Amino acid sequence: MLYREAGQFKTTYFSDMAVFRLREDRTGLAVVVVAAYGLAFVGTDFLLQAVLIPFLVFSLAAIGLNILTGYAGQLSLGTGAFMGVGAYSCYKLMTAFPDVNVIIWILVSGLFSAAVGALFGLPSLRIKGFYLAVATLAAQFFLQWCFIRVPWLVNYNVSGALDAPLRTVFSIPVVGATATSQARYIVVLTLVIALTWLASNLVRGRIGRMWIAVRDMDLAAELIGIRPLQTKLLAFAVSSYYCGVAGALMVFLWYGGAEYDVFNINQSFFILFMVIIGGLGSLIGSFFGAALIFIMPILLGIILPALLVPFGLSIGAETIEHLRFMIVGALIIFFLIVEPHGLARLWQIGKQKLLVWPFPY
Amino acid sequence: MDILYKAFVEPFLFMSEAPDLLLQTLWEGLVSGVLYALIALGFVLIFKASGVFNFAQGIMVVFAALTLVGLYEKGVPALLALLLTAGVMLLLAIAVERIVLRPLVNQPDIILFMATFGLTYFLVGLGELVFGGSPKEMIADALYLPQGTTELTLLGGPVRFQHLDIAAAVIASIIIAALAVFFSRTRIGRALRAVADSHKAALSVGISLNQIWVIVWFAAGIVALVAGIMWGARSGVSFSLQIIALKALPVLILGGFTSVPGAIIGGLIVGVGEKVGEFYWGPLVGGGIDTWLAYVIALLFLLYRPQGLFGERIIERI
Repeated sequence: MLYREAGQFKTTYFSDMAVFRLREDRTGLAVVVVAAYGLAFVGTDFLLQAVLIPFLVFSLAAIGLNILTGYAGQLSLGTGAFMGVGAYSCYKLMTAFPDVNVIIWILVSGLFSAAVGALFGLPSLRIKGFYLAVATLAAQFFLQWCFIRVPWLVNYNVSGALDAPLRTVFSIPVVGATATSQARYIVVLTLVIALTWLASNLVRGRIGRMWIAVRDMDLAAELIGIRPLQTKLLAFAVSSYYCGVAGALMVFLWYGGAEYDVFNINQSFFILFMVIIGGLGSLIGSFFGAALIFIMPILLGIILPALLVPFGLSIGAETIEHLRFMIVGALIIFFLIVEPHGLARLWQIGKQKLLVWPFPY
Repeated sequence: MDILYKAFVEPFLFMSEAPDLLLQTLWEGLVSGVLYALIALGFVLIFKASGVFNFAQGIMVVFAALTLVGLYEKGVPALLALLLTAGVMLLLAIAVERIVLRPLVNQPDIILFMATFGLTYFLVGLGELVFGGSPKEMIADALYLPQGTTELTLLGGPVRFQHLDIAAAVIASIIIAALAVFFSRTRIGRALRAVADSHKAALSVGISLNQIWVIVWFAAGIVALVAGIMWGARSGVSFSLQIIALKALPVLILGGFTSVPGAIIGGLIVGVGEKVGEFYWGPLVGGGIDTWLAYVIALLFLLYRPQGLFGERIIERI
């Protein structure tokens, strides 16, 4: 009863083509956004810093990979390295021009990542599928090697690690040790919302349709006049831009400093998981995937001891860690078997059912 | 000019001045190449028969080696432990087929790929839970693997050959030859090749896909066990062996995903290229280039032959 299409007449083409055609969708989104901002003021530090900020950062990275893998159909295992490019270039820019607003540098650092991504996307014209995935591993390992071996990237810092210098926005510290988690959260949230909005328009427009055409069949796409090289490289560039921004956010607004090891191959796989579990070719799926993959282990870490202790089975932290690995692995297989199209599909089915509820005839 | 000289002239001068060093480097490259080939072989077996890109091959290597060492530490005699480990790999193959592959038949490749990821996580957790996360020594003595080195004077200098390396090369060659015979001469081997060509056609002539999958996963498990013993004897049994398994991926794309000889030759190219590159050109850029050199070699190679050395020609239709 709450969710009905009936009675909402579209009188212009513009309203018919809107992203959220139903009033309920629009109010729902508004409620979520307001609630997300509201959480900044009522949430605890733990909730903001250890759950919500990483969730948003991973969602952004997952959107980036989803643009490449879900929309343009190019499998990439170099996400972690592209995030690293964003983080390192943001660090260089931030320290070279300390007076410029840090948010500008976070957004600009994505451009460097995009350039590197496009470079490593060049082989995608010749190779496809798993061959391409392995080729992107070259990017992953080469870039990670650069992070270790090029001391210029960390300003010849002895520790070889990135640190977060103090930077303010409207004289409120957002980067650095004194920044409150509240301020960081609001910055991350705003950027993620803005970039998601951009992405949702991008994938619905001409560019997005070009990507989808290339994904579904690149030869056919070429025949109808889509240039495969430009389209694929654009997908790599845009995807890496999102990953780069996510990487910069991750280091400077979540960790507050990091080493090269943060951007290792496991990070790439982790984000690929989010995209697959969330749903390929779905932006909301990226959020679901990030939530599931990131928050599930945290929850398991809390739930498992609580479940086992009443049976007199007090187990060590190590064992819990191992069990967590096993359960996460098993759940990934389970989700793939139950719904190979990801959580986004479940969401869609749920909405369809809700439209006709309670009389589904 | 100086940098060009250092990159293009000096290494070759060095090679011709000290041929024994070159020989040593080549030998080491060949040995690690054979071992990469062994891991790559596990991938190829499964990819050929089921079209699954089995990411869990790396962890299977670790898991097999861990099981073997773990059983031995529990007091099981080494050879019995070897048999039992093979049994465990068989159980694993059956379980994977039942629980993972069968419900996911006909799903897109990437979904199956992801499922093997889940399997990887599961096996990492299980292995650590049962055998503990600390690195272990491979039981090389108990398995009668030779130790020690032979030093020969070749090309005007001493060249060292580790007995273990020689054994690894010999055993790997035997396994590869045995697999080649198995594929080409036996009934099951023929069935495997039929499945590799076309699942549907194989089904229609009465080949049981489920059975074939169990067999290939088991064969891949055995290959993983051998690879685990060899790598374990060289560098200890720990979860970092998984990273070595990732090195098998450039081997795969060099050789082609579907070709057994490709895996071997690709392995040798990658092994030798990596060692020679690291030894002669590594110092030029600060060393440590063997982490990515293999991938870059494979990447450059792919630009010329997108299907790898021996891969089947890619024919695309609309």
